Formats: sequence, structure tokens, C-alpha cells
Amino acid sequence: MTVHPAFSVIFLTTLIGVGQGLFLALYTGQVYALFHVLSAQGDRQFYAVGSMIALAFLIAGLVSSFFHLGHPERAWRSAAQWRTSWLSREVIVLPGFMACVFGYGVAHYFGWNVPLFTLGETLQVDLIMLIGAAGTLLCFALFVSTGMIYACLRFLQEWHTPLTVINFILLGGASGFALAAGYAALAAPALTGFYAKWALIITVLAFVSRSASLVRNHKLKPKSTLQSAIGIRHNVIAQKSQGFMGGSFNTREFFHGKSAAMLRSVKWLFIALTFGLPFVFLTWGLSSSNPGLLLMAFFVQYAGLIAERWFFFAQANHPQNLYYQTVS
Amino acid sequence: MTQLALVIDLNVCVGCHACVTNCKEWNTSGMAGPLSDFNPYGADPTGTFLNRVQTFEVGTFPNTETVHFPKSCLHCEEPPCVPVCPTGASYKRKEDGIVLVDYDKCIGCKYCSWACPYGVREIDEKQKVMKKCTLCVDRIYDMGLPEKERKPACVLACPTSARLFGDVHDPESAVSVAIRESSGYPLMPEWGTKPSNHYLPRRKTQLRIHDDELVRADNPLKKERLLPKPDKSEPSLDDVTSW
Amino acid sequence: MSAEIQFDNHDKQEVKNTTCYMCACRCGIRVTLRGGEVRYIQGNPDHPLNQGVICAKGSSGIMKQYSPARLTVPLRRKPGSERGANEFEAISWDEAFSMMEERLAHIRATDPKKFALFTGRDQMQALTGLFAKQFGTPNYAAHGGFCSVNMAAGMIYTIGGSFWEFGGPDLDRAKLFVMIGTAEDHHSNPMKIALSKFKRNGGRFISINPVRTGYSAIADEWVPIRPGTDGALLLALNHEIIRQGLYDREFLVQYSNAAELVNLNDASSEFGMFVRTEVPEEEGCFDPQNKLWWDRNSDKPVVTHTAGADPFLLGEFKLKDGTPLKPAFQLLQDRVKDYTPEWAEGITGIPATTIRRLAHEMGVTARDQRIELPIAWTDTWGKEHETVTGNPVAFHAMRGLAAHSNGFQTIRSLAILMSLLGTIDRPGGFRHKVPFPRPIPPCAKTPKGPEGVRPNTPLDGMALGWPAEPDDLFVDEKGDPVRIDKAFSWEHPLAVHGLMHNVITNAWRGDPYSIDTLLIFMSNMAWNSTMNTVSVRDMLNDKREDGEYKIPFLIVCDAFHSEMTAFADLVLPDTSYLERHDVMSILDRPISEFDGPVDAVRIPIVPPKGDCKPFQEVLIELGTRLKLPAFTQKDGARKYRDYPDFIVNYETEPGSGIGFLAGWRGKGGEKTMRGEPNPRQWEMYAQNGGFFHHELPRSYQYMRNWNQGYLEWAQRNRITRYAEPISIHIYSEVLQKFRLAAQGKTDGRQPPQHLKKRIETYFDPLPFYYETLESQLTDTQKYPLNAITQRPMAMYHSWDSQNAWLRQIHAHNFLFVNPKTAAAQGIADGGWMWAESMHGKVRCMCRFSEAVEPGTVWTWNAIGKAAGAWGLDADANEAKKGFLLNHLIGEELPAHDAGAHLSNSDPITGQAGWFDVRVRIYPAGPEEPQHTSPQFEPLKPVPGMAQKRPNWFAFFAGKGDWK
Ligand SMILES: Nc1nc2c(c(=O)[nH]1)N[C@H]1C(S)=C(S)[C@@H](COP(=O)(O)OP(=O)(O)OC[C@H]3O[C@@H](n4cnc5c(=O)[nH]c(N)nc54)[C@H](O)[C@@H]3O)O[C@H]1N2
Ligand SMILES: Nc1nc2c(c(=O)[nH]1)N[C@H]1C(S)=C(S)[C@@H](COP(=O)(O)OP(=O)(O)OC[C@H]3O[C@@H](n4cnc5c(=O)[nH]c(N)nc54)[C@H](O)[C@@H]3O)O[C@H]1N2
Ligand code: SF4
Ligand code: SF4
Ligand code: SF4
Ligand code: SF4
Ligand code: SF4
Ligand SMILES: [Mo]
Repeated sequence: MTVHPAFSVIFLTTLIGVGQGLFLALYTGQVYALFHVLSAQGDRQFYAVGSMIALAFLIAGLVSSFFHLGHPERAWRSAAQWRTSWLSREVIVLPGFMACVFGYGVAHYFGWNVPLFTLGETLQVDLIMLIGAAGTLLCFALFVSTGMIYACLRFLQEWHTPLTVINFILLGGASGFALAAGYAALAAPALTGFYAKWALIITVLAFVSRSASLVRNHKLKPKSTLQSAIGIRHNVIAQKSQGFMGGSFNTREFFHGKSAAMLRSVKWLFIALTFGLPFVFLTWGLSSSNPGLLLMAFFVQYAGLIAERWFFFAQANHPQNLYYQTVS
Repeated sequence: MTQLALVIDLNVCVGCHACVTNCKEWNTSGMAGPLSDFNPYGADPTGTFLNRVQTFEVGTFPNTETVHFPKSCLHCEEPPCVPVCPTGASYKRKEDGIVLVDYDKCIGCKYCSWACPYGVREIDEKQKVMKKCTLCVDRIYDMGLPEKERKPACVLACPTSARLFGDVHDPESAVSVAIRESSGYPLMPEWGTKPSNHYLPRRKTQLRIHDDELVRADNPLKKERLLPKPDKSEPSLDDVTSW
Repeated sequence: MSAEIQFDNHDKQEVKNTTCYMCACRCGIRVTLRGGEVRYIQGNPDHPLNQGVICAKGSSGIMKQYSPARLTVPLRRKPGSERGANEFEAISWDEAFSMMEERLAHIRATDPKKFALFTGRDQMQALTGLFAKQFGTPNYAAHGGFCSVNMAAGMIYTIGGSFWEFGGPDLDRAKLFVMIGTAEDHHSNPMKIALSKFKRNGGRFISINPVRTGYSAIADEWVPIRPGTDGALLLALNHEIIRQGLYDREFLVQYSNAAELVNLNDASSEFGMFVRTEVPEEEGCFDPQNKLWWDRNSDKPVVTHTAGADPFLLGEFKLKDGTPLKPAFQLLQDRVKDYTPEWAEGITGIPATTIRRLAHEMGVTARDQRIELPIAWTDTWGKEHETVTGNPVAFHAMRGLAAHSNGFQTIRSLAILMSLLGTIDRPGGFRHKVPFPRPIPPCAKTPKGPEGVRPNTPLDGMALGWPAEPDDLFVDEKGDPVRIDKAFSWEHPLAVHGLMHNVITNAWRGDPYSIDTLLIFMSNMAWNSTMNTVSVRDMLNDKREDGEYKIPFLIVCDAFHSEMTAFADLVLPDTSYLERHDVMSILDRPISEFDGPVDAVRIPIVPPKGDCKPFQEVLIELGTRLKLPAFTQKDGARKYRDYPDFIVNYETEPGSGIGFLAGWRGKGGEKTMRGEPNPRQWEMYAQNGGFFHHELPRSYQYMRNWNQGYLEWAQRNRITRYAEPISIHIYSEVLQKFRLAAQGKTDGRQPPQHLKKRIETYFDPLPFYYETLESQLTDTQKYPLNAITQRPMAMYHSWDSQNAWLRQIHAHNFLFVNPKTAAAQGIADGGWMWAESMHGKVRCMCRFSEAVEPGTVWTWNAIGKAAGAWGLDADANEAKKGFLLNHLIGEELPAHDAGAHLSNSDPITGQAGWFDVRVRIYPAGPEEPQHTSPQFEPLKPVPGMAQKRPNWFAFFAGKGDWK
């Protein structure tokens, strides 16, 4: 009945989500430290390697996205329509963001922390901070772009809501912070608690907002009907032939061919994997500071996100499907 | 401003698919082509077509209507497929409102097809670019063709002339007149895409027979009665005169 | 495609006109070539038939041309391999010709009937028929017997013309149009053009059909009917029209035999015959004007059409000698008296009120909306008419009526209804197309007995003809058939198109005799044009005790790797329609228009693929080698260089001026219809877009059965021998003659004992309704449903599955079932199910449909395929999910009083009763495989075919990848 999820896109959105979240975690940690909310800082190495991990996720996402393109060699063209296309915007923001993450890591590595200027009384701003700030901005821009790619399609009613963008931010954030917690447990134990707590908080928030979208979608009534699709007012209309029998792009792209039961299982699976289990692992990991548990939390959550993203696509009901119901 | 479009008359469309294969035939060897087919001689053959004809049943027996329903790109006035395209490969022509894809720019990201509620864009799985009805832009402006033939292939092919072609912004055009006078309507108006293609609904001709029409004076059965002949015993002039 | 619009480079393209043959409609097409490859096929805008439009099949001609199923070399069954195993070796044409020449020469010199030539969906019956006649075999027919012969015979024996290619509804002027049992028909594009104009002009369109698809979809009213019961409906309509006095009295009186007096002295051998003024030997095949009316004015019998006379249509009279008489119309009224709408409701499932309303709509429209055209004309009695008038009610009917074993009488009921309404060859009604109308029945006759078949001698008569009486039958002194298909025998006396569907079974059984060589041209007799397909395939392979095949030699001429070719001993690869010369001749199934004769040609557009050869050339060559008189000089030397040469120079008789083509005859092309051969005739056709259209003067375009001008024009042009009026046979003496013979009332030939009852019953001179033979002999409790097929508009029989575009539209087929009917059996929408008749069963998939009458299940015709045929992979949808209904249909009736091996056909015409089959349906078990059954051993490609097929196909003409 519904959109056929493409794994390239599932991986693209989840992987860059992790990268974005991880970067945000790193930068947040640094900012907290700057404000002395957080005491101990990780060393340069920690941030540098952390940034590279984030970058690796971003690159993996980018690479994965190429599999989605018919003509990856022309991918550069996709930056052209930033004025109207969220996809184009994503394509522009993503490399910018990646550059920032890279720069951020490099800056940490080389310790470019000579204060450039001072904000207010005490806030000494160095290059790292600046790059980080720019990165954060682009990171949110990227979240918004990615989310808006889906949220802007008004007749994909399941997606056409601010919740889509919020979910992208929170889910990316949660998985990034979870990864950061695991990573910190290995490389900068002092930061573990901070990341893990935030990971917990964001996971809970994400649970709330994702649940909200599930509830919303459940209540949705399709605006388009067979009646409006073919312009005939009658209660009983049934398609007898879609005009071809061996399938077409329209039947492959927008139908996953899976049963409603399977869809339901995936829903419960992703709720458990994305929210339930990570919550348990994070709490447990937090109390025991066991890197294994925290990493477990991340991996489980990431697996959950794949299921979540699959479900996100699969649940979307494309009005075009009204036209592709029956062969004969 | 010109907006070229098709108007499809469901009142006469018999679902013959001429418009489907003629479209394929014209376009596969034209600027929109080739339109590739996968497994052409195997299981589940599937290929790129720019126009499809579907069949719907409306109502229940015996009050069933069978509706044949051709559909190609509707060349929306507010085409949601265009702004989302990241490369600018999808565009709407200013001069005539035709929505086209520039294959040289298209990266095959399929995003535009997600943005079209009508399911009329099809990626060519071999050429990996998005394809759709071009309104036969390489016919309608081809000065090398006789003027009568500067029309979309599907329009020329259609045996019932269920497909009208013209400028829906010109109130005097045949398509505008048809939309106006035969209650032409757009598909899925709820999305504000303002499709340029319109559909004309079924129209029924009824015949009402009044009872008095069945009993008319010139009923031929009356002729079959024997011509009235008086009985021989009835009086006649023979009885009263003697010339 | 780039942002810049690129146009075709017309200077680098070639454009040629020819005639389509993606189906038998024969539209004019215009083919554009680029780099020698077909770039575009469009309708020829100047062609009178299709006026520029084209259909789905015509538009897919490219995919036929480049189909991987094409046969490209002559093939011989591999020595040592079994027939049907599809193992062949390539041979040269020389070898093929020698094989055929040797075999056929021997047969011709000994017993010519041992050679049988049967042809399918071709349109070259004039040539194939000529060849068979010259060869001297009676065993020739085209596909008409299994197609729609009831439609041809039922109407031609009644009004002298028919639907199909012979005539049609005048939708330009009709106000009410009633279409019965038609899905697509031969006149595909013209019908669509006309139908849409008709609807746009506000005409009212009613469709009577168990199923609502295609044309019926756009009908203003759909009248669902139970299959096989239209006879009841039509008789009830006749009843109501007569009861209400809504018939056109004047028309019936003047132009039909309604007022003619029938002898009702049942002691007489003339019982049921018209009384005649004098009874000399009647010469010629026309109705002499020697019958009687009972004049109202003088109250006396008078010769018909006596000036000033006005005959009774109703009443009872007595001749001076006491002979009781009734006008034919009175007999008709007696006949339909009990055929009330209420009676018909029970049979047809159509409410009586609807039937009555339909009758009133027809009658009132015909009466009150009369058309009068300012066209003066003269009738055959010399009377001048200032105008042509018409009653604007038009009908069209096809196989929904024809393909039933009660079809002939049903179609007579329709022809009579049309006549009662006064709509024959009048504006707004039915219109003939040249060379129709014909005398009733037409003049052509077969030999009358076995003496017509002699070694080394052409057949003494036509292989197919139009019997007017029992003496015209083609039987031996015992009354047994001379033809292998038993046409023109007592089993099927009026089998005017033969019974191709029984040839294989009869030849296999040796009943009436065995044959040696069977040549099948363009017919898939091992699949979709055969009934009882599984058994017939076995018969083709069956051997006698001595190891020889029961049908010793099988030649198949096909252009594609069809199911049939697998059974051949010799395969002759034909060209495609874009590769050959061909003619659509008036000697054949014409493509004429209402306004006058049309014929057309095909000219080669592209060179033949591989070593294939047009069958036309094969026949000319074989005829020459066998020294058949028509193809050789007196001294036996070759007469025609090739087929184009034959077409130009052949005359039906030396100096007749009649040839295959009617246009541009005479030395310089100055004559039409008749004239000496014109050596430049082909060029002239090509210059005119490939067709010839002669518009008759307006005064010759209507009332042609009785139009002196037209009939004399036809006579002068040798379209007919006689310019006599062709009176409508409301009452059929022809049928009565057979009945009298069966009753033993005449001295001539009489039917064998076991068929007497059958002849007496069905040869009723007035139409009557009876249940189809199959239903009479089926346990209809057990098999409660009717199963029928219909044509999809985008597929032609079996031959389009090789078409990469068309097969995407119909890759496999479902059985359409009314949801109520399916639910009663627990069958799910889309689920696998069985359909079973008393002859066999098939597994198939179900599709619910509200557009089918609940007592009917139906499917698209000929979509299912044998695995591996048609250049398809063995797992193609056609073979896995597609199914063939033919497995359920018997070619013979179960044994009953009239015999054990009677054809499952109309007892009068031998029309195959495709749509008579009764079935039951039930779900397939969950453990059953999800594919159709029966399955067949997959065929492998044969030599000369592409051995591997592409996964991807991206056709772009002019690139040269498709050679
Ligand atoms: N169940 C059921 N069966 C039916 C019918 C039905 O309604 N229901 N309809 C019946 C009727 S009306 C008909 S007419 C028959 C038709 O049945 P067929 O006469 O068997 O028609 P086709 O299947 O088209 O087969 C014609 C053959 O011609 C070959 N062919 C195509 N083009 C050419 C060419 O250019 N040259 C040569 N030499 N061969 C060529 C094809 O490959 C094919 O093998 O089917 C009959 N069968
Ligand atoms: N596209 C395409 N065109 C074709 C062909 C093809 O294969 N494809 N074949 C050609 C040939 S050979 C032929 S003979 C013609 C045949 O042309 P049609 O006569 O149109 O043939 P069918 O498709 O058999 O249609 C039979 C119709 O009759 C209906 N029917 C069946 N039984 C009954 C009945 O008892 N009563 C009534 N009222 N209706 C009934 C069926 O539902 C169906 O709609 O088509 C020709 N044209
Ligand atoms: S129909 Fe679809 S593809 Fe065509 S213009 Fe409208 S939205 Fe775009
Ligand atoms: S598939 Fe091509 S046309 Fe469509 S959005 Fe992507 S780049 Fe644009
Ligand atoms: S206008 Fe041209 S491209 Fe569009 S559907 Fe018609 S034939 Fe196809
Ligand atoms: S060609 Fe015309 S009649 Fe046939 S399906 Fe297309 S629109 Fe309908
Ligand atoms: S109706 Fe038949 S002849 Fe005419 S274009 Fe179609 S396939 Fe060709
Ligand atoms: Mo047929």
C-alpha cells in the first residue's frame, strides 16, 4: 500500500543522523566545559578522533546516498536548485557541515585554541569554537533540510508535519549522544555520564515526539480518495486494471508489498530497539560506566533507527497508489 | 500565457490502449527515447511508458459502469514535481506550460516522482533518468510535419478522438470550450496542483416514450383488418330503382 | 532529451504507405523509416477506413517486426525426432519446394482430396481458394467456420448481406444504436470512430452483453444477458414490435417476402413453400417474381408487386383449389405469439419491462424519427422514388450471437427484427458494402458429389458454396460427406465457411476418411483456434499401428514460433506484413465502405528477415511446379514471374477484365472495377496511398437490394450475374426445403435416418429459440455457469504475446467472476481456482467483477500460452499465470440421438459453439502449485530464431541494433 523504502536512503538519513548527533555531542561537551558546567575536558585527541568518527558516519551516509542516484557522476548538479529544493539544500549543507566537522577535528588535533577574541567578560572564543559554532548551525540546517525533504511533500500526509523534522533532529541526536557516551567511556571516561545522561534525555524526547507522530499518523484520514483520483462521485469504485501487469516504476517505488502484520511488527520492533532497549542499556551503562553496555545501547539504537526509517517510509501512503491497485 | 494540455473525454474512451502504445512508439525513437523495457520476453515484463490506460468499475451489478481512464502527466500549473528537483532537470516551460525533464541534467534521484501525486513519472531503469509525458513537444512544433499532424501522437492515434489537445488558457480553444460545456474537471483538486489536463465525464442519452406514442392512428395493424364489405342482404340501390 | 527540443530529421527519413496487418481490420498505415528501421507507424489520414487513426496493435507493429519469435528459415522435422518435439533442422527453399512438389504431385495424380489446405486469420482466401480449386481438393476452407459463419450465413440467407466485413450500422445517421454481443470485432477502428461521433451527436447507445467492457463501457445502457439466450430476447422484441404495430409495413410489403403466400397444405410436397403463379424450372440464383400476394383491394391473389395491389400481411386465405394459405408475416406472428417478454425474462434474465421498453424505443424511434434524404432512385420494378428514406435504428452484432450452436436462428431473428423496423440498406440503419448484397443465397456452389473431385483436375465447382436446397449438398450417394470437415453434408448443410475446427479430429479418426497432407496457413490449430486443445495436440502426434502418423504429413506456414509450428513436419517461414506484397481484394473479404468499393495493397516496407518468403510466392511457385492450369501456360510453362506479376495479370477468366484489384485497370489505369491488366497497377496504388476507393453515385448507395441503378452497375461490373431484386427472406424457403426432405416429403436427397430429426427440428423456416446443443446435453445442475471469452482490444488472438509492448498490457489473464458467484464458492479475489466443464478443467486466477452477469464467467481470449512458444521464456507470465479456456471446450458433442461424433457446432452452419460451454468453479487447494494447469513441455527456440533474448530492450530506430 505504501512507499517502498530504499535502503540507500535509510542508511543515508540514519548514518548522517549519527554523525550529526555525535558532532553535536562533542561540541556541546566543549561548550559546557567552556561555561564550566562541565568540569573535566577530554583531551585534543578525544575531540579529533571523535570528529573523525562523526565524519566517517557522514561519509558513509553520503556514499550510501549515491547508490540511490541513477547518475551519481552528475551528483554535483544537484546543488543547483537551492532556492526551491530541500534536496538541493541538503546537498549544499551536507558538504559544508562535513567540512566543519573535519575542520573541527583538525583544529582540535592541532590545538588551535589561541583565543581570537573575548565575548563579554570572560568568554574566550578560539578558532575551534568558531568552527564548532558554524558546524552546529550547519548541523541543524542539515537536520532541517533532510527532514524538510520529506516534510514538504504535502500529499504525503504522514510526513507533512513539523514532527518529521523534530524526529529527525531528536533521533539523530539520541543516536549521536549514545555513540558519544560509548566512545567517551572508552576514550574520556569523565565525559561518559554527561553524554549518557543527554542520550537518555534525548531518547526520551525522541520517544515522545516519535510517538506523537505515530499517533498522528494513525488518526490521519487520506485526503485523496479513488473518487477524487478519477473524479467520479460514487461510493463503490474499484480498480480492475492498472493498465499493465508486470509492474512499473510506480508500483516498485511506492509499494513495499509487505503485509500490515509485518508493518506492525516492525513498528514494535523499532520502538523497542530505538527507545526501550537503549534506555535500559544507557541507564545500566550509566550506573556501571561499562563501555560495552553503552556501545550496545548505540548499536541497538542504530539498528532500531534502520527499522524506524524503514517504517517511516513504509507507513507513508502515497496518493499515487490509488492508481495502482489491481492487475488484470 | 499559453498552457497546452490534453482533455480526455471519458464519455467516449473505450480503453483501447492506442494512446498507450502509440505514445511509446513515437517517443521511444524520439527525443524522449529510448523507452526501455526490462524482461521484454520473460517473466513480469516491465518498461517505461509515458501514458497508461486503466479500468475502474463503478457501482454494483447490474448498475455497473466500466470506466476506462487514460492518464499521463497532467502538466500542472503548480507542478509540485518541479521545485523539488535539485538539479533543475525538471522544469516547466514558460512559453507553453509543458513540464519537461532534461535528461542531461537529471541525476535519477526520483525525488520528483515522490512529489507527483498522480504517479505519472517513471524512471527509465536502463537510462536511469526520469521520464514523463512531453506533450510530444517534438511533434507539436515540428515544422517538418504537416500542420494537421502537429499534435501529440496519442491524440492522432486515438480512434474515438477522446483526446483533445490545445491551450486551456485560451477561452476560445476547443479544449476550453469542452471543459466549459461538458463539465471538465481536474484530478485530485485537493492538492492545489492545478492540473492542466482535464477530464470530461460520462454523459447519458435517454429516451422517453410517452404512452400515446404507442397507440397511433397510423398503426399498420389497422390495415390488416378486412376492408369493410356490406352484407349482400343489406339494402342497396338495386332494390329501389329500376332504370 | 535535453532542454533544447530536437526534431526528427525528415530528410533522412523515408515514408511509405501500406496496409496494416496487426489485425484483420486492414487500416491504411504510413510507415516512417530511419536508417532502414521502422521509426513510426501511424494511421494513413487519407485512408477511408481508419481516417488516420490507429489502434494499440497497429502502433506496436515495430515490436512484431523485430520480434525474437520470427521464423527465418524453412525447417524440416529432424529425421528421427518425434513430431511435436519441436526439433528441426534448417533446409533451403529448394529442398522445401521439392518435398512439397513430390508429395503433392503424387496426391493430385491419385486422390486430390488427400491434400487439405486450411487457413486461419488470413485475408487471401481468393488466392488460397483458387489454389485449392486448381489442385482439385474439396478440402479447403478459411477460418470462418470457427469464427463467425453464423453471422455471415444467418444474415446473408435473410437479407443478402451481413455485418462483419459485409456491411454495418450507419452511425452517421442513426439515432438509436443497439450493439449485441460485440467486444471488438473486425471493423475495429472504423467502429470506434463511428461510435464516438454517434455519441457526440447525442445518439443513444444500448449494449446487450453478459459483460460490460470496451464498447459496452460507453453505452448509455447496458443490458446484461445470459449467454446463448439472445434468441429469446430477439423473438420477444419481434413479438412486441408486431403486437404494438411498430413495424414498417410498407417496407415489409415491398421489399420482403412478408406478404407472400405460403402453402399450408400439409399433405403436399409444397407444404411450407410459397405458392407460385407458374412453376417452370427456376433458372439462376435469384428469387423469380412469380409468388403471390393476397390483394386487399380485389380480395384476390395477385402476383407480387402487381401495380395497385396492396397485400394483406395478416390473415388466412384459400386458393381456388382449396389450398390453404397464409402470408409469411402471419406465420411470423403465429410464431412469436408465445414469445412474450415475460417468457423471455425467465430465459435471458432481462426484466420483461426492460424488453418491452427496448422494443418501444426501437419501434418508436424507427417510426417517428424517419430520415428523408433528397436522393432520387429507381427501384427494380421501375418505380421512381424522389427520396431515400430511413428509420434511424441501427444494430451491430457479432460473435456473442454467432459463437453459439443456436446462433443461426438467433441471427435470423435479429435480421428479421431489423427488417421489421425497415432498416435494411437505408440511412440510419444497416448498410451494405460492395460486393454486397448478394442473391439469397449467393450463387457459388460446391460440386454436388464425389464426382466433382478427380485426379489431376481442378475441382468441379467451388470448395465452399451456398446451398439453396438439399440437392446442392456435397455428399455421396449414401449421403455421406465428401469433405474432410463434413461441411455441406447433412450434419451441417449450410456450412458455408467449412468446419476447420473439426479437420484434425476427423482426419485423425479417419472419419469420413484419412488424408495424407495437411497444410495449415496462419492458424494456431494446436492452441487457441482449436477446441479440446490437449487432445487435439495428442491427435497431431498420434500414430497408426504401422508406425505412420495418423495425419502423415503436416505443413505449417507461420511467421512466428507458435504452438502450431512445433507439430509441423515442414515449416514455411512467412514474411511479416511490412515485408510483402499483398492485396485486400474484392474477390475476397472486402474492405469496402457504405458508399462504394474499396480495395488496397500492401507493399514491402523493409526487406524480408532472413530467408523467409511470402506465402503468396509459395503458392504461385507451387502452383507453377504442380502445373495447375491457372498458374501455367497451355504448354505447362510458368505463367507468372511472381506474386506481384500474378496480381496484375491474373483474370478470373481470360479477358474477363476481373482481377484481384479493382482500381486502375485497363492498359493505362483508366478503368475501374473491370478492365485489361495494367502493368503499372502496383505503382498507381502506391501513388494513391495504397488503396482504391470508388464512390458510387449517391442514388446507388441505398436500397441496394432493390435499387435498379446499383444492381445494373453491379451487373455491368460483374459483381453480380443478375440485376434482380433481392427480397428479404423473412420466411426462409431454403430452410423449409431441408425440412421437407427430412420429413420425407420430397423426392430429392434425404438425410440419413439418424439426422432426420435434427434437420427437421433446426431447419425451421421461421426463427425459433432453443437452448444451445451443449446445454441440452450438459448436466446444468452440475455445471451451472456459462464460460465465455472476449477479445482484448490490445491483443490479436495468440499472436501478440511476442510483442514486447502489447504483452505488458496483457501478460496473463484472470477469470472474471461476479463477486456473489465467487463468494458462493469461497473463491477469493486474486485467488487460484479451477474452472471445470464436462470436457476438462483449467486452473486459473480469479478476478472479481461487478461488470459481469452472475451466471457468467469470462476471460480475455488467447492470452495463455504454451511454455517457450512465441519467443518467450519458459517462465513467462503467459505460460505460468495465463490460461486458455479452450481446454474446457469440446470440439464434439457428447454422443446422443443424432450421432456419436457430431461437431460442437450450430446444426445448420457448423459454426463452432465456443460460447456454449458450461462450467462449475471452485477454489484451488492451498497445497496446489500457484500456476496454471495444464502445463506443457517448454519449447526451445528453433534454428533461425534468436537463441538468446535480451534482458533489456531499448528500441531506438535508426541505430541499427535491431537487424
Ligand atoms: N476460446 C475461444 N477460442 C477461440 C475464439 C474464442 O472466441 N474463444 N475465437 C476463435 C476465432 S473467431 C478465431 S478467428 C480463431 C483465431 O485463431 P487463429 O487463427 O489460430 O489465430 P492466431 O492465434 O492469431 O493464429 C494465427 C497464426 O498466424 C500466425 N501469423 C501471424 N502473422 C502471420 C503472417 O504474416 N504470416 C503467417 N503465415 N502467419 C502469421 C501466428 O503466428 C499464428 O500462429 O480463434 C478461435 N478460438
Ligand atoms: N483486438 C482484437 N480485435 C479482433 C480480434 C482479436 O483477437 N483482437 N479478433 C478478430 C476476430 S477473428 C473476430 S472473429 C472478431 C470477433 O469480434 P467480437 O464478436 O467482438 O468477438 P468476441 O471478443 O468473441 O466478442 C464476443 C462478445 O460477445 C459477448 N457474448 C458472449 N456470449 C454472448 C451471448 O450469448 N450474448 C451476447 N449478447 N453477448 C455474448 C462477449 O461478452 C463479448 O463481448 O474480432 C476481430 N477483431
Ligand atoms: S502531473 Fe505530476 S509530473 Fe506532471 S506536472 Fe503534475 S505533478 Fe508534475
Ligand atoms: S529524478 Fe531527475 S528530474 Fe527528478 S528530481 Fe531527481 S534530478 Fe530532478
Ligand atoms: S502527449 Fe505525447 S508524450 Fe504525452 S501521452 Fe501523449 S503521446 Fe505520450
Ligand atoms: S486511444 Fe483514445 S479511446 Fe483508446 S484508450 Fe486512449 S483515450 Fe481511450
Ligand atoms: S485495427 Fe487492425 S488493421 Fe487497424 S490499425 Fe489496428 S491492428 Fe492495424
Ligand atoms: Mo474470428
